[in-house]
Amino acid sequence: MADYEIPETHEFPIIPSIMEGAMAHSTPFVAGEEFQSDMGFPFTEETGQLIDGWKEKFLELMKEKLSKYRSLQVFMDICVKCGACTDKCHYFIGTSDPKNMPVARQDLLRKVYRRYFTFAGKYFPKLVGAIDLTEDVIKDMYSYYHQCSECRRCAVFCPFGIDTAEVTMAARDMLAMIGMGQKYSNQIIPKVHKIGNNLGLPEPALVDTLEGLEEEVEEDIEVKVRFPLDEKGAEILLVTPSADFFAEPHIDGLIGYAKVFHAAGVTWTMSSKASEAANFGLFIGNYEHMREISLRIRDAAKDLGVRRIIFGECGHAWRVAYNHLNTLAGPWDFLDQNYPIPQHILEFTKDCLDRDILNIDKSENDHMTLTFHDSCNIARASRIGDTPGSQFTTPRQVIQAVCNNYHDMAADTIHDATFCCGGGGGLLTDDLMELRIKGAQPRMESLKNVVADHGVTHMAAICAICKSQFTKVLPYYGMTMDQIVSVHQLVSNAIILEGQGEEAGDSDDADEAA
Amino acid sequence: MSSIEVNGKQFEVDEEGYLANLNEWEPAVGEAMAAAEDQTLTDEHWDIINFLREYYEEYQIAPAVRVLTKAVGKRLGKEKGNSKYLYELFPYGPGKQACKYAGLPKPTGCV
Repeated sequence: MADYEIPETHEFPIIPSIMEGAMAHSTPFVAGEEFQSDMGFPFTEETGQLIDGWKEKFLELMKEKLSKYRSLQVFMDICVKCGACTDKCHYFIGTSDPKNMPVARQDLLRKVYRRYFTFAGKYFPKLVGAIDLTEDVIKDMYSYYHQCSECRRCAVFCPFGIDTAEVTMAARDMLAMIGMGQKYSNQIIPKVHKIGNNLGLPEPALVDTLEGLEEEVEEDIEVKVRFPLDEKGAEILLVTPSADFFAEPHIDGLIGYAKVFHAAGVTWTMSSKASEAANFGLFIGNYEHMREISLRIRDAAKDLGVRRIIFGECGHAWRVAYNHLNTLAGPWDFLDQNYPIPQHILEFTKDCLDRDILNIDKSENDHMTLTFHDSCNIARASRIGDTPGSQFTTPRQVIQAVCNNYHDMAADTIHDATFCCGGGGGLLTDDLMELRIKGAQPRMESLKNVVADHGVTHMAAICAICKSQFTKVLPYYGMTMDQIVSVHQLVSNAIILEGQGEEAGDSDDADEAA
Repeated sequence: MSSIEVNGKQFEVDEEGYLANLNEWEPAVGEAMAAAEDQTLTDEHWDIINFLREYYEEYQIAPAVRVLTKAVGKRLGKEKGNSKYLYELFPYGPGKQACKYAGLPKPTGCV
């Protein structure tokens, strides 16, 4: 493990004393010509340089955004500096850098807004904290708008509902358009367009991976559970993050979905064209890419002739799907209108549990005591179900239907006050590892407290980014990477399929946890 | 783009030290990259690296973790067919670290 200063965790949260510039050095790799051009974004000969006429371009884009997005205009104008957001950001708590206070992060853009778009700022800049747009200001923006995971916790506490995520998205988009796109996101999005998923997993590799999974499950439980790909005429199209094919513990969640579909007796398929739920267009604030990525799902659903679309465990994908799928890629009049469009896999599984059509042996999870990490994008931007707060209750009801031992983390760190994992919003990249470790501090603190006080052994999540992030950061906080599990991994452990041998229950987790 | 020197030859690498052109790879490059991270490559490491290269040649992507653990289990015995064994060999993660030494691009996405 690399050598970083790991923030301390405490029995109760402590707001740190500020350390100016503590994270000024944190800056992700800038996308070079190869990735900027793949995205249709401008680039310069030397990576990290600004394009000719960058200042005019930036201000022109800002003007356009202010008129197009009323929310942004309001967010620029309405902040009264009350301070309610200052101690709410996990990156501030973990790094002590005052520019990671949401108000300060917004102010990077707001100061420029005042200078060029308000009367007072144009004529009396010093009086209203307005500043000129310079290269240094751009560098500061690039650094600190990539220290925001767009998780919106600050917005919950803002009396005006100012959404830093939207400010961050707008800023990142403008930065990308003057040559300062972020490598991680801009390397990934073209892979989705060309190959179908973030990983760049081509169809033959996907086929091979799914065949391997079928064999693995059959060896394990002696039942042939299918992982169908591109099967026309199936009822359901499953759109899931490609990490579900690739990484642990994600893949155990995928096995869980397949077992639930098997037990429910529905026909389903995945698509090689839409082999990705994630939509990084959201992270970089680019509507066109977000739309193009969403349209693949529409094309796949039409090509395959499905009647329903279900999303797997992916936080921001569900935010995009729940909020925007209809405007981005609708109308969905060709789908069965009797079901939610789109539907979350947890809604499907919960419905099966409610109808009592799954054979569940909760004791298969008795070697674990679970807690649940509310993923930010699901907690603060969507529902899973059709009642207020169902995004909090549905996952917990499913976990408790398949596990005997469960305990929530502290109330001010869950539900809509949940802390980000520290790696969301396009920051899940190795070049931001220090930020990711420090930003995980509040979540690690609340987890450690339920581990100590209530014997919690594992934390379940429903987001590919959260799962990967925790796999990486748990060891820095004295825990182990296998303490993060997929919710449908728990379902997979507990579900007993017809024909499943008595002896054949999944005992791997028990061995590992022992 | 920066480069590393191995046996007097220059190899271009990206910002994170991954080989720019995978066709240029030779075992000495893997050895040098490992040495730079204080790792010595044993036969066990090479079994994994060679499998990654074979798989990449066929599928143009590194294998998913279960594909890898299954293949390792078949070749080297069931007790080694798990991610724990792979992390012992490659503490930064078999996906990323082993791919780097094998001259393959870094897996991208939510992994």
